[in-house]
Amino acid sequence: MTISIDPQKTNNESLQPKGWLRYFSFSLDHKVIGIQYLVCGFLFYLIGGTLASAIRIELASPMSDFMPRDVYNQVLTLHGTIMIFLWIVPVVNGAFGNYLIPFYVGARDMAFPRLNAVAFWLIPPSGLMLVASYFVEGAAQAGWTAYPPLSITTPQSGQIIWILSVLLLGGSSIFGGINFIATIIKLRRPGLKLMQLPMYCWAMLGTSLLVVLSTPVLAGTLILLSFDIIANTGFFNPVLGGNVVVYQHLFWFYSHPAVYIMVLPAFGLVSEILPVHARKPLFGYTTMVFSIMGIVVLGLVVWAHHMFTSGTPPWMRLFFTIATAFIAVPTGIKFFNWVATLWGGKISINSAMLFSCGFIINFVFGGITGVALAQVPFDIHVHDTYFVVAHFHYIVYGGTVFIIFSSIYHWFPKVTGKMLNEKLGILHFVITFIGFNLCFAPQHWLGLNGMPRRVAEYDPQFQLVNQISSLGALLMAISTIPFLINVFLSVRNGKNAGDNPWNALTPEWLTSSPPPVENWEGEAPLVEEPYGYGKEISEQK
Amino acid sequence: MLNKNIYLILIISLVFAISFWIGFNVNLLPAEASINAPIYDELFKILFITGLIIFIGMTIAVIYSLFKFRKRNDQIGDGIALEGNLSLEIVWTIIPSIIVLLIGLYSYNIYDRMGGMKELNHNHEMMSSNSEKIWAGISQTSDNEIAINNLSIEVSAMQFAFLFNYPKGNFISGELHVPVDQKVTMKMESKDVIHAFWVPEFRIKQDIIPGQPTILNFTPTKVGKYPIICAELCGPYHGGMRASIIVEEESDYNEWFNKNTKPEVKL
Repeated sequence: MTISIDPQKTNNESLQPKGWLRYFSFSLDHKVIGIQYLVCGFLFYLIGGTLASAIRIELASPMSDFMPRDVYNQVLTLHGTIMIFLWIVPVVNGAFGNYLIPFYVGARDMAFPRLNAVAFWLIPPSGLMLVASYFVEGAAQAGWTAYPPLSITTPQSGQIIWILSVLLLGGSSIFGGINFIATIIKLRRPGLKLMQLPMYCWAMLGTSLLVVLSTPVLAGTLILLSFDIIANTGFFNPVLGGNVVVYQHLFWFYSHPAVYIMVLPAFGLVSEILPVHARKPLFGYTTMVFSIMGIVVLGLVVWAHHMFTSGTPPWMRLFFTIATAFIAVPTGIKFFNWVATLWGGKISINSAMLFSCGFIINFVFGGITGVALAQVPFDIHVHDTYFVVAHFHYIVYGGTVFIIFSSIYHWFPKVTGKMLNEKLGILHFVITFIGFNLCFAPQHWLGLNGMPRRVAEYDPQFQLVNQISSLGALLMAISTIPFLINVFLSVRNGKNAGDNPWNALTPEWLTSSPPPVENWEGEAPLVEEPYGYGKEISEQK
Repeated sequence: MLNKNIYLILIISLVFAISFWIGFNVNLLPAEASINAPIYDELFKILFITGLIIFIGMTIAVIYSLFKFRKRNDQIGDGIALEGNLSLEIVWTIIPSIIVLLIGLYSYNIYDRMGGMKELNHNHEMMSSNSEKIWAGISQTSDNEIAINNLSIEVSAMQFAFLFNYPKGNFISGELHVPVDQKVTMKMESKDVIHAFWVPEFRIKQDIIPGQPTILNFTPTKVGKYPIICAELCGPYHGGMRASIIVEEESDYNEWFNKNTKPEVKL
């Protein structure tokens, strides 16, 4: 059953501010909230990126000489937490989800617009609180994993603020997840079947299920941890008979699915972008849907592969090895399908397409090292080393962040009605791709040869490779300059895009750019074939 | 059509050849200094070659598509309206499944050869009296379980050092000395936060956990001095938490051991 929304009653638009001011208001418009998520996330990305640069400066020399050792641990903790909870998760879920999902299901807004606004407005205060904790007694310094007993014994105020901040961000994420599930299931326009939805809806449905199932476990765990810190309870404190490994199980029960919360939406976004610029239908729609759901199910039962050296029994190591390695199968299907989508197309080589192809290459590399890491005997040597650091940056940066940029190039004309400059965009891609691979590929070797992660000092024999890596990081930092120039210039003076510059068939392009407040002037169009390229519906345009 | 297939076969063979060449000629790993290390390196080589084949193959496919199917200036309209191909989908579901399954079975075999699948229930004197549960890391246990020469060492880790207790000699050392080609059994426990015992040249790692002893067995095969590295974030000086393991000939080891042995204090 679908609920039809009376445009008069949804939000009282006359009370909402207009123009750029609305982005600073408690707006209920899903498009405004989506942009709020994106810009807020990008500001935190700049902070997290600055911290990453500080780490790479420290590691350009073998000695701990750039900042005090405890500050270094605070920097790496904040870098991880900000990049995950304030940049990637809110942007691939909150920003693109809010902007696109109501269009894709043919609704005028999300199912719960007020909950939606609350979910966003939890983010800026908790993020600022997290950053400001540095000025209290020092920020948290136990890593983003906050393993006890280290997190219990380091300065308390920073750790407690960290827990509070992550709890609020988790709450925001759960609110968003519930909203997406309700919107996709209940607000579909009459006549629109589930198997006609654009792939991003399926990705967000799977992601939101993971969010709703696993985030509460993290919340519960962190509340217990905070009791251990401030009330001297002994859940995870070995001095009081607690068990530190139980924390790791509970933490990874959320934090492994969190990887899929970060990559599944990216899988959805790339499935929207490739068909448009390759002028071909998405290859294997049905298998793509099933592989998303397969990843969701498997993603919930692989968490202990983060704990192969924690002292887990042999049978458990074996089970988690096989479960983890099998995620490669549905993931592999998706990558083969994307290449098949490109095959035989008429591909426009533009910034969005290049970032998407960069994503495929980087993610395949990260996926291969992931299958290797799933093997217990392999993992035992490289666990907690730079090999792992390299692996997950290939997944979350080379994978998801590349898709975030690809999506910005793809949907910028939708949001603003202006085109981004292609030359600057391609420059941005080239610097990012080279910088990223220069930064992280050498780190695999560092890990294999004896450099553990989260260290401020290392053996002099690793200096050259670390400097190459730092040079790559410098390029990555530089790459944001052409991007920012491009965005600021194009918002003001960009070429007019028209309503549908890519000639795309997905529903968000079938309204004006930028879209009106309730998305369509009249009734929402029924899009039965969002990927019908090469067919009559596309020829008519 | 025939021509096309020949090119495809040529390219695939080339990808395989390059991957095998790199796999056999590029060494990314440190020296091998324990029984575990050559077994590990065998697994690494297989994973490395398989990974290279897939990665190079996919990269070629993406770059080739971008060149071959790029839109020329004079072109209008769309690509072919191809929505899927069931047999192709079945092929690229089944082949990866088989590869993943084979790798899983192979790595199980490797792990078994390292001794990882064996439950630890042998009775060392140092742990016979108590009934506490002990978690095992990698343990290479040969069939004649505990050799007479088996070394038992107690490791305690703390911020930011390792201490090695030799119960038989009644002394504690900051350096780990072991004789070459003999199995060493270590019982490890942390005094404060979680640490980890890692010797890259041995390809072994095991967390050292407070309140939960762990066991690590290894057999060094090469005389030399190797770093012991803490791999788990343990505080501000985590990066400096190092010790050395000195693998020496049995006679040298005995000399060192006897020099350090303290007479037992009689109460």
